[in-house]
Amino acid sequence: MSETRSLRKQSIPSLLEKLEQNGQRIIAPQPAGPSGTPWFTDLDRERHIDLEQMTAVSPKSGLFPVVEEILRFRKDGKQVVIEGDKVKVQPTVLFGLRPCDARGLRILESIFQEGEPDVFLRERRAATTVVAFSCTAADPDCFCTSVGGGPGDTEGSDLLLSAIDDDHFLVEIVTPKGKELVELGAGLFEPAKESEQTKVLAAVPVRFPIADVLTKLPALFNLESFWQEQSLACLGCSTCAFVCPICSCFDLEDEADLKCGSRLRCWDSCGQRLFTLHASGHNPRSVQSQRWRQRVMHKFSYLPERGRKARGSAPAEGSTSLLGCVGCGRCSRSCPVDMNLIERLTAIAESDL
Amino acid sequence: MSPENVYQPYLMRIDRAVDEAPGIRTFRLLFEDEECGKNFRFKAGQFGEYSVFGEGESTFCIASSPTRTGYIECTFRQTGRVTSALAALDEGDILGFRGPYGNVFPVDEWKGKNLLFIAGGIALPPLRCVIWNALDLRENFGDVSIIYGARSVADLVYKHELEEWGKRDDVKLMTTVDPGGETPDWKGQVGFVPHVLEKANPSSENTIALVCGPPIMIKLTLPVLAKLGFAAGDTFTTLENRMKCGFGKCGRCNVGKYYVCVDGPVFTLEQLQTMPAEF
Amino acid sequence: MAETVRRTSGQTVVNDMEALRQRARELLDAGTVQVIIGYANGSNRRVRPFFARRPEDLERLILDDRCVLNLAVYLRKPEVKALGKAAVIATPPLLRSILQLAAENHYQESEAVFLALDSAGNVLELSSAEQIAGVLGSLPGSTGQDACVPSADRMPALSAGSTDRQARFAFWKQEFERCIRCYACRAACPMCYCEQCLVDSNQPQWIPVAAHSIGNLEWHISRAMHLAGRCVNCGACSEACPAGIPLNLVNQFLADRIQQEFGQKAGTSAKLDYALSVFSGSDRETFIK
Repeated sequence: MSETRSLRKQSIPSLLEKLEQNGQRIIAPQPAGPSGTPWFTDLDRERHIDLEQMTAVSPKSGLFPVVEEILRFRKDGKQVVIEGDKVKVQPTVLFGLRPCDARGLRILESIFQEGEPDVFLRERRAATTVVAFSCTAADPDCFCTSVGGGPGDTEGSDLLLSAIDDDHFLVEIVTPKGKELVELGAGLFEPAKESEQTKVLAAVPVRFPIADVLTKLPALFNLESFWQEQSLACLGCSTCAFVCPICSCFDLEDEADLKCGSRLRCWDSCGQRLFTLHASGHNPRSVQSQRWRQRVMHKFSYLPERGRKARGSAPAEGSTSLLGCVGCGRCSRSCPVDMNLIERLTAIAESDL
Repeated sequence: MSPENVYQPYLMRIDRAVDEAPGIRTFRLLFEDEECGKNFRFKAGQFGEYSVFGEGESTFCIASSPTRTGYIECTFRQTGRVTSALAALDEGDILGFRGPYGNVFPVDEWKGKNLLFIAGGIALPPLRCVIWNALDLRENFGDVSIIYGARSVADLVYKHELEEWGKRDDVKLMTTVDPGGETPDWKGQVGFVPHVLEKANPSSENTIALVCGPPIMIKLTLPVLAKLGFAAGDTFTTLENRMKCGFGKCGRCNVGKYYVCVDGPVFTLEQLQTMPAEF
Repeated sequence: MAETVRRTSGQTVVNDMEALRQRARELLDAGTVQVIIGYANGSNRRVRPFFARRPEDLERLILDDRCVLNLAVYLRKPEVKALGKAAVIATPPLLRSILQLAAENHYQESEAVFLALDSAGNVLELSSAEQIAGVLGSLPGSTGQDACVPSADRMPALSAGSTDRQARFAFWKQEFERCIRCYACRAACPMCYCEQCLVDSNQPQWIPVAAHSIGNLEWHISRAMHLAGRCVNCGACSEACPAGIPLNLVNQFLADRIQQEFGQKAGTSAKLDYALSVFSGSDRETFIK
């Protein structure tokens, strides 16, 4: 295990205060709207952080905002001037993530840094410290252990806090950035004793054999009836993509008046009919079953294959490190028509094609 | 924004604007920053994102040849928001260009080969880039044949160049228009591209075929090429999937394990046969 | 602010489910329809739409107060249409949608069959808008607020009667901040059937695509205006929204205003003119002075 500390649960507010005093922006899950479901937002005055319920939407906006200005320009007669500011980022702590969320951020990073590196995501990640909490409870939609993660997984976190009893967290320092944060909170963290090393973790059963999903998908592609049946109820609403910690398809849109404007990168989804529609009217994925298939294939076939190619390694059977899914279960929880992902992946694993 | 911002376009000035056909224009673009222009390199088959500031970006190939440096050309049809705004620009106006993106036609590997170009309508621009590339290095190649068709005489693009190619004795040019699209003084063929190709009966011996056109033309042309003996690995085309970023992130042009913008747009028929038909 | 009850436990189970299944079985057996569109138990205590094509599938049909998703959206989905003629297990909100769709020429007589239960537990087989309009008022649950749908009663400040505009605006501004523009509200709405939605039209770009404050406000205001006098308050939009925005309250506000101003209510008749585009001599014209 990495370097550890112990932190009392009651010290959390003091820790957050110290971080704020240090100029850190803190984004944490807090109740929002009439239903009070937690939502990742800037820490507000009430400072009610909800670490129990899972947020409806993942914290990916911490690195990949819903809308981001990627260019600003000014027009003066026939002249155009592209404004040359730096990417603006503020030191930020993403606080109260789950291990699956943190793992998702890592995958998001690798997608954006492959090939032409994305300076916005890179700068944002460089200025961000990820503080995740191990899961002590899971619900039937959780399947992190089926896709290579786990309730106490440290991947993608800078610090991982795990309950060891009712009053204490075991703090695992995963990265130098995590260490810096511990140093900022000096006085609050104590050395972890031998007896304080056992994390209380949720039991998350393996729900389906991922290796079978990975091997069966390529041949299933052409079985159109299979995809039609899987997506018969799909409304094409894209909720799954928008709540997902990894979905990173985007749109580029200009907004301007006569003098100046900006180019914006906005979340988008392959589930939308317009996503692939050509100006000519031709649509390579014209029906919803094709778009559902794209979603599954992209996450569980194309991304792993591209990742292996990029790393130049031979295809490792059943390798889960490059999947487009961390098993957080948000898509299943949010889907208005209950298109449960575990069920669908199980059907893929069990298909006898 | 910082110079490493991958979304930052070059500023380009429209040096020349040509109306090719109804709704179709060609721009010759010069780099506003001369230094950038001097250092800019691309290869045949690559594309870029062209933008009108305030309206957005649109994807087209670079239609000029890499052998002609200092400028690039693009040809586009006015269809949506961005192309309409582009069409409204004129000589002297500024637009944005990001690129070059994508893979290339392996022109260097085709030394000593015959080249057969088959194009329809607005899809001549990606091949025009290769045609001029080959003609500028004419001694490197065997026969150069071009079959180009459009719906009507008016819809043919690069009319002056067609005339020039027609006059050259080192180029075999066949132009055709769909039945009903001819004018009284039309001297080319009348008929669809696949039929014209079948009638022309070109030899596949030591020949590379390059096909670009509307999906229906490609669909009907490929079987003819197969019948003529063209190997799938020697038949090239470009895919025209919708794109936004141009470098494999926005997800739009994903077809199977490929991103058309990174792994394409140039594909051999052999590759296409292994890909999902989502193009 | 009072808490909105969202998914409840599913206690108001319809006792006469067996009668519904029996009629559905007869329709399938007779070949009158090829698919029964209804609800079934889903995963993790959720319900899901269910497409029964074989008599043995019918055992899975359920109907309870969690069944908020408006099944009318499936009548326009090509893959579902391809299954053949459908019978739909009907709740009052769904029937209201069908009436409004018929009023807008988007439901053709006998396009589908609707199976509903009357208060005596008898199965009603409805196909024409006229039949639906005839029985709708007497169906159980056809009046009052549906249990799962966010209700203005629970948020007095937001009801149409409240005059505190500032409080209302502040509330909605805050709610719309969470909109991520997934358009699940649109996808779940039976009245959002446009081939090309206003927000997808970009020549000109009427509504900003970006999910910033202005873009979100414009999107939701435009959508509400397009649904004014058309929304039947089924609540599917609120139920589908991953951000939990009680969207149907906006529509309900406008529905109440339309009723006040023009004396008509969507989902009550298949013969309703669109209140905002039809002139009547009796319209109150307080805006022309």
